[in-house]
Amino acid sequence: MNGQFLDFERPVIELERKIKDMKDFAKDKNVEISREIEALEETLKKLQKDVYSNLSPWQRVQLARHPQRPHSLDYINLMTTDFVELHGDRAFADDKAVVGGFAKLDGEPVVIIGQEKGKDTKQKLFRNFGMMHPEGYRKALRLMLLSAKFDKAIIILIDTPGAYPGIGAEERGQAEAIAKNLKEMSRIPVPIIINIVGEGASGGALGIGVGDKIFMLENSWYSVISPEGCASILWRDVSKSPQAAEALKLTAPHLLEIGVIDKIIPEPLGGAHRDYLKQAQILKEEILFALKELKGLSKEQLLEKRIEKFRKMGQFIEEI
Amino acid sequence: MEWFRKVKEGLISQKKKEIPDGLWTKCEGCGEIIYMKELEKDFWVCKSCGFHFKLKSRDYINILLDKGNLEEYDKNLTSADPLKFKDSKRYPDRVKNSKKKTGLSDAVITGIGKINRMEVSFGVMDFGFIGGSMGSVVGEKVARAIERSAERKIPLVIVSCSGGARMQEGILSLMQMAKTSALLARLSDLRIPYISVLTNPTTAGVMASYASLGDVIIAEPKALLGFAGPRVIQQTIGQKLPEGFQSSEFFLEHGFLDVIAERKDLKRIISLMLEYLS
Repeated sequence: MNGQFLDFERPVIELERKIKDMKDFAKDKNVEISREIEALEETLKKLQKDVYSNLSPWQRVQLARHPQRPHSLDYINLMTTDFVELHGDRAFADDKAVVGGFAKLDGEPVVIIGQEKGKDTKQKLFRNFGMMHPEGYRKALRLMLLSAKFDKAIIILIDTPGAYPGIGAEERGQAEAIAKNLKEMSRIPVPIIINIVGEGASGGALGIGVGDKIFMLENSWYSVISPEGCASILWRDVSKSPQAAEALKLTAPHLLEIGVIDKIIPEPLGGAHRDYLKQAQILKEEILFALKELKGLSKEQLLEKRIEKFRKMGQFIEEI
Repeated sequence: MEWFRKVKEGLISQKKKEIPDGLWTKCEGCGEIIYMKELEKDFWVCKSCGFHFKLKSRDYINILLDKGNLEEYDKNLTSADPLKFKDSKRYPDRVKNSKKKTGLSDAVITGIGKINRMEVSFGVMDFGFIGGSMGSVVGEKVARAIERSAERKIPLVIVSCSGGARMQEGILSLMQMAKTSALLARLSDLRIPYISVLTNPTTAGVMASYASLGDVIIAEPKALLGFAGPRVIQQTIGQKLPEGFQSSEFFLEHGFLDVIAERKDLKRIISLMLEYLS
């Protein structure tokens, strides 16, 4: 990877550049090469299909971390209007790894909360790479309770490499903050829609991940541990991460199959980073559709169904 | 996920001598040679330094429940292999070995027992079973223990000892955190008391779910408690961790524990709190 595209994207990107160069050349020199260009575009389509229709779990992990992948703030800007960001947990600090506030989704007020990784180095440091501290989980919970108080639905965007493992995080109760969110989110009496848009690493993701609908973008991942963490523990070798990604079954199709998520949100060909606007529109439509469905439920039904959803999760054998 | 990394490498040879058949054992805390019968009488706590030896789940049943008596439930639940997971061993083989080694069906025992004549829904984890890790079976048994508590309107007591979620069951292990926490929200709405007891070690997925959600949280002295494992933190921040970091005493100091109780006082304190919360 060169910071702009992934190794397996290279042939596609190179061919796209070549086509663009030819088009520019034809225009500049006013020569007729449209047949050649058309042929190349056909080749490109075929190549794209070859590359993107058979992605390995590890390739999807890489797409989820793509340097140009849209992050939570991109979705907030493209899906909503009149966003007012609200800061702080009213106890210790404002965690920059998570943003949240009120916004209008198709004119309707909602609370939207997302983990934000940042794009360039400066932003990434400012956002702590999307790794939340306890005050982040507490800020998110504060906003969710505010949302419930005024009967507004909650939209959550998950994109984190994990909760931050540091001294301050332990001193301020990372475990307690996450546990409390799990407990409270199960009984917040407004619709909660969870969207995993990039990385969903372990407790750091689940800590804002309890809701009525759980959606997952096609090239995102969600797992009990990152492939690197798993590889270094089980194989004592980080270079085994691709195998770990395979073994952990962390991609959307598998999670749909075992009932952990409700729906896979398709991405534009090549991944979300190839067309921000289209991706945001696709996601927004799914969210609006789900909100409409959830509004038909009474608060009791909503909470009953939410608890049932998580109550059922797990696979075991009951010997007689 | 810390349970796979052995923290105390230097102690392995001593550990072999630990509980089984010897008459004497060496304290891991101070090196004192102790007569086993004596140690047993002292709740497996070293008299000279107060070191709390790691206990099996059965030992906690003996220490905490009247006559050491537990009416066990859900013993017949056992692991499936949802991911067909294989590292150095196949997951089903790992489970089988643990069953053989411990005589347990998974990393938690649950049921109904009495603490000073008060009936409770009781659960106790066992580190000997794949590091006390929580997969679907542990999550389900804890969930049912919470439900039993709600149905019978009796308090819930869970003794935790776990390295976290069980990696070999992937995302389903993670979801057990949400499952158990959601049921605890319900139990709390019913105003039924839940006492969480933390023993060495309680970390990661278990610490970040039911272990942290007690109305009262009690820990044994000097237990390792926390979210991330110390080694992960050390790697991330690139500096040495302060003395006593992530211990029971550290937890108490920072406001995340109600009480540190020595093992001999554990039953009395739980019993008193159950009385106050009833």
